[in-house]
Amino acid sequence: MMALWRDMPARGRALAGLLLVVLLAAPLFADRYLLSVLILIFYFAYVGQAWNLMMGLAGQLSLGHALYVGLGAYVAAMLWVYFGVGPWLGVVPAVAVAALAGSAIAWLGFRFSIEGVYFVLLTIAFAEFTRIAFDHIGAAGGAGGFFIPYQAQRLGEWWNLRGGQRLFYYVGLALAIGGVILTAWLEGSRLGYQWRAVREDQQAARSLGIDILAAKMKAALISSAMTAVGGVFYAFYYDSLFPAQVFGIGRSIELILAPIVGGLGTVFGPLVGAFILTQLGELLTAAVEKLGVDAPGAKALVYGLILMLIIFVRPDGVWPWLARACGLTGRKPGRAT
Amino acid sequence: MSLILSVVVSGVLTGLVYGLMALGLSVIFGIVRVVNFAHGEFAVMAMYAAFMLFRDFGLDPAAAMLPVAAAFFGIGYLLQSALINPFVGRAEHEQFILLVALGMVIVNGLLIIFGPDARPANLSYALDSYEIGPLLIDKARLLAAAAAVAVAAALFAFFRLTALGTAIRACADNLLGAAVVGLNVKRLYALSFGIGLACVGAAGALMVTIADARPALAQAFTLQAFIIVIVGGLGSMSGALVGGVLIGVSEALAGFFFEPSMKSMFSFALLVLVLVLRPQGLMGSRA
Amino acid sequence: MTALLSVDAVSKRFRGLQAVDAVTFSIATGELFAVIGPNGAGKTTLFNMIAGEIAPDEGTISFAAARIDGLAPDRICRRGIARTFQLVRPFPALSVEDNVLIGALLRRPAVAEARAHAHDTLRRLELFDKRARRASALTLSDRKRLEVARALATEPRLLLLDEVMAGLRPTETDRMIAILRALNGEGLTILLIEHVMRAVMALATRVLVLHHGAAIAEGTPQAVVRDPAVVHSYLGAEAFG
Repeated sequence: MMALWRDMPARGRALAGLLLVVLLAAPLFADRYLLSVLILIFYFAYVGQAWNLMMGLAGQLSLGHALYVGLGAYVAAMLWVYFGVGPWLGVVPAVAVAALAGSAIAWLGFRFSIEGVYFVLLTIAFAEFTRIAFDHIGAAGGAGGFFIPYQAQRLGEWWNLRGGQRLFYYVGLALAIGGVILTAWLEGSRLGYQWRAVREDQQAARSLGIDILAAKMKAALISSAMTAVGGVFYAFYYDSLFPAQVFGIGRSIELILAPIVGGLGTVFGPLVGAFILTQLGELLTAAVEKLGVDAPGAKALVYGLILMLIIFVRPDGVWPWLARACGLTGRKPGRAT
Repeated sequence: MSLILSVVVSGVLTGLVYGLMALGLSVIFGIVRVVNFAHGEFAVMAMYAAFMLFRDFGLDPAAAMLPVAAAFFGIGYLLQSALINPFVGRAEHEQFILLVALGMVIVNGLLIIFGPDARPANLSYALDSYEIGPLLIDKARLLAAAAAVAVAAALFAFFRLTALGTAIRACADNLLGAAVVGLNVKRLYALSFGIGLACVGAAGALMVTIADARPALAQAFTLQAFIIVIVGGLGSMSGALVGGVLIGVSEALAGFFFEPSMKSMFSFALLVLVLVLRPQGLMGSRA
Repeated sequence: MTALLSVDAVSKRFRGLQAVDAVTFSIATGELFAVIGPNGAGKTTLFNMIAGEIAPDEGTISFAAARIDGLAPDRICRRGIARTFQLVRPFPALSVEDNVLIGALLRRPAVAEARAHAHDTLRRLELFDKRARRASALTLSDRKRLEVARALATEPRLLLLDEVMAGLRPTETDRMIAILRALNGEGLTILLIEHVMRAVMALATRVLVLHHGAAIAEGTPQAVVRDPAVVHSYLGAEAFG
């Protein structure tokens, strides 16, 4: 990760520093609406970053990542509501459950040579299966939903993630930054190189002594664990969980939009993507409202069009092109910023 | 007991229509090797098309099947030539994203135009049923299934008996060889995509006699089509129909014995089992 | 003299075809051993069995007195055998340096140290100046040397080279010969599958000739090329008039 900092030209460092300062200070001058948009951006940047690890670095396409969001969310939420276990503690079992699921799927994929579209369908199958299962688990609220009750007396208990918008803003920001740091660190590590080798050419990677199964399992483990933390955040921010929403394939797709639009396999891609998409989404919603048109699917439709455009014109994502255009890329070509 | 049998028969009939839809995917996936993640969205589009033809012209969906299929053939041909062809050789995840995105555009377009509520085609015979011995069979389902089988048979005949069909199968088998022998691969791909989408169009039109047109069905149809193709066996056309029947029956039984909302669970579990134990599906051959 | 690599009566059959038929040979440390033979002789199958891509039906393969037949390719590499591919497979989207770095990471987990070793290896293969380029942008000759560099970075005791001279122009072939000779001179044991006889004659200490999966001759290059059975296998009966 230090290598990332070193590689960044002075311009990039200045920009990153400035951005950080602005974001840290934002709650002082921004209004509620803007802060809520930023929280969304942080959330999508973070979970997108987690998915990006598996896809962009290790080359494993998963369209069922909502499974880990959901597992993380439900486990932590249920532990809180039924046993009073706070999220900072509850995140541990939440992550464990999700990581278990992720490893199981990765193992199945490897052991039975389930690759490409078959692997994608495998990930979808697990997510969908779990979604329907949760629809019928009474203790988890079933299809009617699971709710974290509002307890006014608890406001201010930041260790239980009970608080106002500001609390979630900073937690979200920490997650987003943490995601970037983790990705940067992994990218420059031995594991990160092994992942890239596996992504590029599995057979060649094997011939260089890389244990493919171990590499893929680690990718799945870290990715699912990271995503689950996002799920915990989600649960305590929205205070309500519905299986169809949390585990749904729509969620899985929504999750991958940011890293793809921003830049697959890059450190800052998911952030840039989250920023662009969330902004656009808000603009669209506002525009549609202004026009007085009742268009329930307008936002998703435009997202679809943008996605098509990106995949046609800039399949590597917006960020690599933007970074080059602004002179922000590192000195080492062949390494994604 | 006879009730269960009726449920099974109902599942078989519905399954044949599912099978036709999956057949379209088998053609597209098996020949052009494109992962058509917008499959269900096209099916729902066909449902709406048939619904409109019924609402505005009183055309029975079984008859609407023909113009809808023809229109979808054209759409498929154009889509493949213009949009999808550049992606045939590209990374798999790029194909996915393209088609997922296309699906998003289609389904949300339908949502905007028609709204989220279900649009039923109120056929005069929608509630009729035949009594064959102890069995109670829906007339609508029977007709839809018969039409589906007819279309599938026509497709089989095309691929086995015509020169063009053989050329397309050659493409699927050995791309380089086909090109070397002088076959116009691009055109054949476009034809195949068109044929595949025509199947979807026909199946969608028939589907509207059994279910109401709703945008929410799209994703479910896509997944179901993939499950059927994989369970039945990629590259096997009869496999698509067999798979369809299997899924239709299992869903019907699951809905009967458990809760209707749980029926997909079995399909997904079946998918995982097939992927793990017998990836070539029931009737596919080992690659 | 204990052999470094010992191949003992190894056979492989693919459905109706006996690809490798009871082949036996051994390589001592420091040798430069070549396996030649007409197309379809079974050289690549033999190679792949040593590299772990396929398992022999019969026979054993031992490396440094331990059996390796049937082990997975990554374990074989960790034991000390590195290989190149006949159709070169560099990691296309990665830089030359990163390609070799990945090889070096096998024995040197610390990235900085591995990178230093990668640089050394690149220098020996005369690729240091091109280290920042994308692997997919190199010429064939450079990609071949990259493939060797990458395998070499894993610090093997035995290097398996699969037709590394194929497709190279005479000057490039000379360059590769010089590099391989230098590596062998430093003590690296090399097993070479080759078609380019010039390279075999220039480099090999011993040669094994395969034909229809079976070993038909073994010895010094000079002896082997004069062996009537060898000439017959390459040129056919007509060669003898």
